[in-house]
Amino acid sequence: MTTKVSSLGAIQRTTGNTAARYQAGVLKYKDMGYWVPGYEPKPTDLIAVFRITPQEGVDPEEAAAAVAGESSTATWTVVWTDRLTACENYRAKAYEVQPVPGIEGQYFAWIAYDLDLFEEGSIANLTASIIGNVFSFKPLKAARLEDMRLPPAYLKTFRGPPTGIVVERERLDKYGRPLLGATIKPKLGLSGKNYGRVVYEALLGGLDFTKDDENINSQPFMHWRDRFLFCMEAVQKAQAASGELKGHYLNITAGTMEEMYKRAEFARDLGSVIIMVDLIIGWTAIQSISNWSRDNDMILHMHRAGHGTYTRQKNHGVSFRVIAKWLRAAGVDHLHAGTAVGKLEGDPLTVQGYYNVLRDSYTVKDLPRGIFFDQDWAGLRKVMPVASGGIHAGQMHQLLDLFGDDVVLQFGGGTIGHPMGIQAGATANRVALEAMVLARNEGRDIANEGPDILARAAKTCRPLEAALTTWKDVTFNYASTDTSDFVPTPSVA
Amino acid sequence: MRITQGTFSYLPDLTDEQIGRQVDYALEQGWAVAIEYTDDPHPRNVYWEMWGMPMFDLKDAAGVLGEIRECRKVHGDCYIKLNAFDSTRGFETMRLSFMVHRPATEARYKLRREESAGRLVRYTLERA
Repeated sequence: MTTKVSSLGAIQRTTGNTAARYQAGVLKYKDMGYWVPGYEPKPTDLIAVFRITPQEGVDPEEAAAAVAGESSTATWTVVWTDRLTACENYRAKAYEVQPVPGIEGQYFAWIAYDLDLFEEGSIANLTASIIGNVFSFKPLKAARLEDMRLPPAYLKTFRGPPTGIVVERERLDKYGRPLLGATIKPKLGLSGKNYGRVVYEALLGGLDFTKDDENINSQPFMHWRDRFLFCMEAVQKAQAASGELKGHYLNITAGTMEEMYKRAEFARDLGSVIIMVDLIIGWTAIQSISNWSRDNDMILHMHRAGHGTYTRQKNHGVSFRVIAKWLRAAGVDHLHAGTAVGKLEGDPLTVQGYYNVLRDSYTVKDLPRGIFFDQDWAGLRKVMPVASGGIHAGQMHQLLDLFGDDVVLQFGGGTIGHPMGIQAGATANRVALEAMVLARNEGRDIANEGPDILARAAKTCRPLEAALTTWKDVTFNYASTDTSDFVPTPSVA
Repeated sequence: MRITQGTFSYLPDLTDEQIGRQVDYALEQGWAVAIEYTDDPHPRNVYWEMWGMPMFDLKDAAGVLGEIRECRKVHGDCYIKLNAFDSTRGFETMRLSFMVHRPATEARYKLRREESAGRLVRYTLERA
């Protein structure tokens, strides 16, 4: 059987022996219709690009076809029941394979999927298809989903972030600068009353948000209701003292959906503007709590707990840019997306790629940042990225230069570990931030003049001076694991 | 106590020269500048009074500074802020908003707590 690509991209069977194609037995995936070189994807097709490492002796095109097959209709052998379906339509089509620049044995494979393969508004269904089986497939040593183009027709079936960057800012009356946060430390062991004390001091000192950590749920040392009551007393008191709206991300992650709803409702009843969940609750739970957040005008903060198990290694897993796209569709308002300069994995360009995916109205193909496709976001609201993990006031110029205004900068240790106390730590961060934004707007070159700008601001702010002295030499300058294959890898810090 | 709303509330009050440079920045971005004032900076008071219309199509900061001075003369006992509005698709909102005047005595707010079942507290912020 041969196939040809029509002008509309639909495949038409033109010649060949259909009966022979469906004879019982085993065929190469390439010969079953999953390899269609030159196929031109339809505007409604979903396109995925995989990085594949075929086993020795496996032809890369056959491997790409196998990925297309195993992530759509194929099984290992010919089945006559295909002939009861419009099977050409349902077959994913691998249409291009390119060697990964500079890495022997790895290939990028482009695969197009028809819209009919997916249930509307269900990330669970999308992921069951695209990453369901194929990552364990024996003829591949490893596979990684690098990027995905979601057609607008499909994106429109998702509701997206319940609040989004614009409404979050309008609701909180905070414009023109990154927001500031801190994760309460130590992350485990504090009683509710002591925990709330840290929240109060940090917010009073000038932060916009404080945050539960990913593993704070309802442990013996602090049950969730205690945490919620003490934290909201702290938030409300800090608001009264500053005349400024503030929040604490109350982590409602729990063992069941019923329990999560219960906690979300209590947070709402206490006047919280924001709740938080961890990525490990799963796609269906995320979409459900997103709907709840929409109905209750709640900002939904997502901590990407667990993602490093499948996003970090370049040869196998799912890139975080894909997870970010799925989460924007599923509907979260905040998402931890890396710091580039802090303690956790992420090279600057790759991290900027994640930020763009979360914040753009239209993302343009940008290989140095790991973006393989143009992506029209179809009016879906924008997600506020969160930079958290090992950052401090002395890096303010780098953070503002890398990420711009629409980001939450979270200084946990960099607030609570301040030598003059938590309030002073918070004030140091806020003053450093505002001084840097002011200078940038005045046309200063903050990337280079940053340290000067901070030193000058510290002259009228003792807490900032102390912060700069304490952490001036702290950097985490390690080579990144997950980097673009299209540029030499830089490192900052 | 200091009301800390606005982009630059943790810095010393901006001079008119500094305000002018921020206005220049806003105009370079193509944003429209507007002035608003209120005697009630309650954080849920979204609608401050407008000091005229937003200044679309403005070319330099001098006009804005003139309006700020005029507003200070008339409403010196109020808070005055400057907003910069971006009409780009995907934003269509304020991109910068900061105080350009505070009254001699700042407003104070206090918490009212209404206790209910199960230690639930309903909070309200009131003028002190």
